Amino acid sequence: MSAVFAIVRRELLSYFVTPVAYVFMVIFLVLAGLLTFYAGDFYDRGLADLQPFFDIHPWLYLVLVPAISMPMWSEERSSGTIELLLSLPVTIAQAMIGKFVAAWLFIGFSLMLTFPIWITVNYLGDPDNGVIFAGYLGSWLMAGCFLAIGACMSAATRSQIVAFILTAAVCFLLLLAGQPQVLDFFQDALPAKMLGALAQLSITRHAAAIARGVLDLRDVTYFVASIVAWLAAGVALVDLKRTR
Amino acid sequence: MIETEQLTRCYGSLTAVDSLTLRAEPGQVLGLLGPNGAGKSTAMRMIAGFLAPTSGTARVCGHDVRRNPVAAKKALGYLPEGAPSYGEMTVREFLSFIARVRSVGGDKGYRRFDEVISRLQLEEVLDQPIGMLSKGLRRRVGLAQAILHNPPVLMLDEPTDGLDPNQKHSVRMLIDAMARQRTILISTHLLEEVHALCNRVAIIANGRLLADATPAELERQSRYHGAVSFSAQGSGVSREMLARIPEVASVEVDPLDGRVTVFPREGKPILEEVQTLLRTQNLEVSEIQLERGRLDEVFRHITTSAHPGPAA
Repeated sequence: MSAVFAIVRRELLSYFVTPVAYVFMVIFLVLAGLLTFYAGDFYDRGLADLQPFFDIHPWLYLVLVPAISMPMWSEERSSGTIELLLSLPVTIAQAMIGKFVAAWLFIGFSLMLTFPIWITVNYLGDPDNGVIFAGYLGSWLMAGCFLAIGACMSAATRSQIVAFILTAAVCFLLLLAGQPQVLDFFQDALPAKMLGALAQLSITRHAAAIARGVLDLRDVTYFVASIVAWLAAGVALVDLKRTR
Repeated sequence: MIETEQLTRCYGSLTAVDSLTLRAEPGQVLGLLGPNGAGKSTAMRMIAGFLAPTSGTARVCGHDVRRNPVAAKKALGYLPEGAPSYGEMTVREFLSFIARVRSVGGDKGYRRFDEVISRLQLEEVLDQPIGMLSKGLRRRVGLAQAILHNPPVLMLDEPTDGLDPNQKHSVRMLIDAMARQRTILISTHLLEEVHALCNRVAIIANGRLLADATPAELERQSRYHGAVSFSAQGSGVSREMLARIPEVASVEVDPLDGRVTVFPREGKPILEEVQTLLRTQNLEVSEIQLERGRLDEVFRHITTSAHPGPAA
């Protein structure tokens, strides 16, 4: 356990000694603010809630999370430090968990820094803060899901750019799968049950519930299960590369 | 203790390490010697748990690297080839990270930390990012990382590669000082290092173990073992007379510096006979030497011989 904490610490440290953390936070906060006000109709809706804010999160994460996850394993591999890491007395799963938790905490921290928008909405109206809290929690879970996909993709390649593109592509597909246009397109080709499964598999559907502030057990299960599955796949990939 | 048992590793159709069986005991410094690409690093990476063996296994202090990898890694200090480390971290941050992962903590941990820092003379660069350090310093940071938890088994992949002579010397002193109670496996392609450090040598080429002996035993295999060489003025004259000594097999003269080497028959001592002859000839001998044998020649002979197979 102490080994996992050591890895979490090291990863967090490496975000903050390089410009990565600061660039990420600034871009994330600026984009989250701008998009909420301009694309999300924050004022014109005349409602005191943060739905427009949470609505744009999947699209923000689509671009920004792969940038955080891409070096996780790729950089270790290209710089050779993976040899050092894997010869330390930690299992691959522990290393994976350490790296994931560090990145997840960092995104959680960035998410917390969006608090001015919460203050704004409380200043302007009388929102349901429980709903907002649930929205934040759900958004963080969703970010975790994106991160886990990124961790797996980063384990698959030594090139950070390839890891970035693969992660963004997979996340995009998962976002797209639930869009009405895509579902309509497959309506005639697929039986209704498979269509339903496709929609359930999509991040969009679960994200939409979260943006409304409904933290349903099914959505939570979806994200937690996705995180576990993608991380496990990443561990398997790292292990597979030891044998090849 | 390090043991490998039929350790084998294939990359596709290439067999990088082929049924390597080795054993190193506490107090031994075993040198893994071989040409580039012989499989030294691959073998070490399997012992360190970074690579999985295709077949066979290795044990570190009795812990099987396949069945009990974490216990094996706890007993091992490992310096990978090129001493990779996290360049953005400072030396202090990096070594603290290693200490935490390896659970070297408390008062004892702090003492050990300071001890290692002073032993490797890293005090002055403690707060510099590792990426900014010179090659020699980075190597020392890698060594510090490997010995921080005071491991019973130490494995160093080309520990002095790319260091200047002074740094090489200090790294060798360090290894020598640590050798007494530990098992140390080092890989090298430098023959001088074998002389300076190892009390046993395993020669591998093409992934196979070709020789496992002490440096002295290897030298005895050399053509030069027991030969007498000397430099003298007008020594060309005495060449035939030297060849007439019954114990002498052949005489060679270096065409560049005129140095004469006299080879004995089947390990017969010839120093006295040669000296007597030189004295009677009234030759002005500037220097004379009894050869111990040349490791480079044995190394070349073993690694390039047509029928590779376990020997000696």
